[in-house]
Amino acid sequence: MSSRIEILNDGGYRSDGRRQYELRDITIDLTPQGTADGSASITHGLTQVSVSIFGPREAKQRSQTLHDRAILNVEVNVLPFSTGDRRRRGRSDRRILELAASIKSTFEPVVQTSLYPRSQIDIFVSVLQQDGGLLQACINATTLALASAGVPMFDFVCAVSGGVHSAAPLLDLTTLEENDLPHVTVAVMPRTKKVTLVTLETRLHVDRFADIFRLACDAGQTIHAEMRRAVKERTRTLVAAMGAGPRAGPGEHMDRDVVMDDTIIDY
Amino acid sequence: MISFASFPSSSHDFSDYSTTRHHPDVEDDIAMDFDLEDGDFEDATQKLIVPGEPLTSSHAFMRGHGTYVDGEEVVGSVAGTVERVNKLVSVRAIRTRYNPEVGDLVVGRITEVQPRRWKVDANSRQDAVLMLSSVNLPGGVQRRKLESDELQMRTFFEEGDLLVAEVQAFFADGAMSLHTRSLKYGKLRNGQLVAVPPVLIKRLKSHFLTLPCGVDVILGLNGYIWVSKHVKESQQEGEEGFDAEAVYSNKNDDIDDATRAAISRVCNIIRILAAQFVPLTDAVLLEAYDLVVEQEGDVKDLLHGDAGDALVTALGGRG
Repeated sequence: MSSRIEILNDGGYRSDGRRQYELRDITIDLTPQGTADGSASITHGLTQVSVSIFGPREAKQRSQTLHDRAILNVEVNVLPFSTGDRRRRGRSDRRILELAASIKSTFEPVVQTSLYPRSQIDIFVSVLQQDGGLLQACINATTLALASAGVPMFDFVCAVSGGVHSAAPLLDLTTLEENDLPHVTVAVMPRTKKVTLVTLETRLHVDRFADIFRLACDAGQTIHAEMRRAVKERTRTLVAAMGAGPRAGPGEHMDRDVVMDDTIIDY
Repeated sequence: MISFASFPSSSHDFSDYSTTRHHPDVEDDIAMDFDLEDGDFEDATQKLIVPGEPLTSSHAFMRGHGTYVDGEEVVGSVAGTVERVNKLVSVRAIRTRYNPEVGDLVVGRITEVQPRRWKVDANSRQDAVLMLSSVNLPGGVQRRKLESDELQMRTFFEEGDLLVAEVQAFFADGAMSLHTRSLKYGKLRNGQLVAVPPVLIKRLKSHFLTLPCGVDVILGLNGYIWVSKHVKESQQEGEEGFDAEAVYSNKNDDIDDATRAAISRVCNIIRILAAQFVPLTDAVLLEAYDLVVEQEGDVKDLLHGDAGDALVTALGGRG
């Protein structure tokens, strides 16, 4: 199977026509969903994730409440139609629990939980489509949903995945590429450039790690610009609708196709 | 003979405002204005901020809600508009849970009955507390609370009951304490609850509205709105005839079809306005109701298609 697919062809293109450092198309939707306090859905190419936030609200289990801060409760639901092979995953599936745990540990240092003692913030993640970069999509969608719910955060968290194909680093992998390449997901806080999550499920040569890590941190800044514009636009729309602020005018300066500097390419 | 010796005039110095000396604080304020105006808005107070966006220097200004200090900078932590009072900079989140203040009118739902207190869901970050000592019990306002009252708390409020109350105080951890010690407050019946984002409810002179269509509306500042059949002033339970049966009753009165339709219509109007993020006031509700009645559509048609957009446009045109 893997021998048939060319990850990176001679012209420097990947299987879906992207270049090495090209990210997939991102669409962000911040319209409210149901009774959620905040919600967002994001697509990275064909990966689509939707997140609803409830809270901060009274904790369901009294035993779990913390007297000095709020607890984050992350529940991930991978819908059976999200993958090629239709397969129902239960709530207790190991993969899903691990995904939930990494989302939780990513956001615990970022959300200002100490402002809400004895409360609980529920984060419900629904995976609608999967085509690689699941964790990055979940983290990005959760950040946006938390921002739209008005939950105080130190910064956005922008995640992106990267892999290495025979010494050539690639960004934002699809399922095809993820199956064949060692890959790493990095979540970065863009203002301070602090990294809140690095996960590596496959083996990656230690010499390659520094390259791909630095590249992913840079790509996080690009995703941040995109997310920031979406949140600003939404805020401006709501402020305008309330009649209290500036009318919804032309958005922030658009520069859609960010070409990353090919500085790391010579190795 | 008296002669006047004129002092050398220095008035031209004062005419030049650019040399006017300010108190150092004032000069800082001017610097702040400049700081905030680097955005795309002329009005500095309406600058929009997203989490992690630096606002200003932490030396010259104090951080308020929705911000935090990181080294030299005050940084925003929520998405919203910047507000500044003298040296205090805060960011007001555009969508958030209800932040209670003492004296606010709230509509809530009982979630739990505990010893000598009820827990009330009031759309805040924690459940509110309604103490047994802060409700009016049958048998007079000044009556002492007995042990027998503690044992029959469920006859007053049960889980799931809706009530209107006022924020009385806060506990140390920020949870709010409610009271219903007025004849205006207490259990709710004969109506329907609508929930909207709390930011849409502005503080009004009165949050008890009576619409001419025979509908009472209670605008809770926590975003819960109670729409019910109109009760005549004379029929409201009076002080002397404080009737426990009536105040804590779980039975709805008979509501005729016209009133039911009016209640549903008002609820749908509120839902539409909330979906369009229009702040709710008595004037807006009245005007919207008139517009809807003019159109003579069915109540449920309001929620279909672009009837909502049309309504908001029409409101904007008049206002």
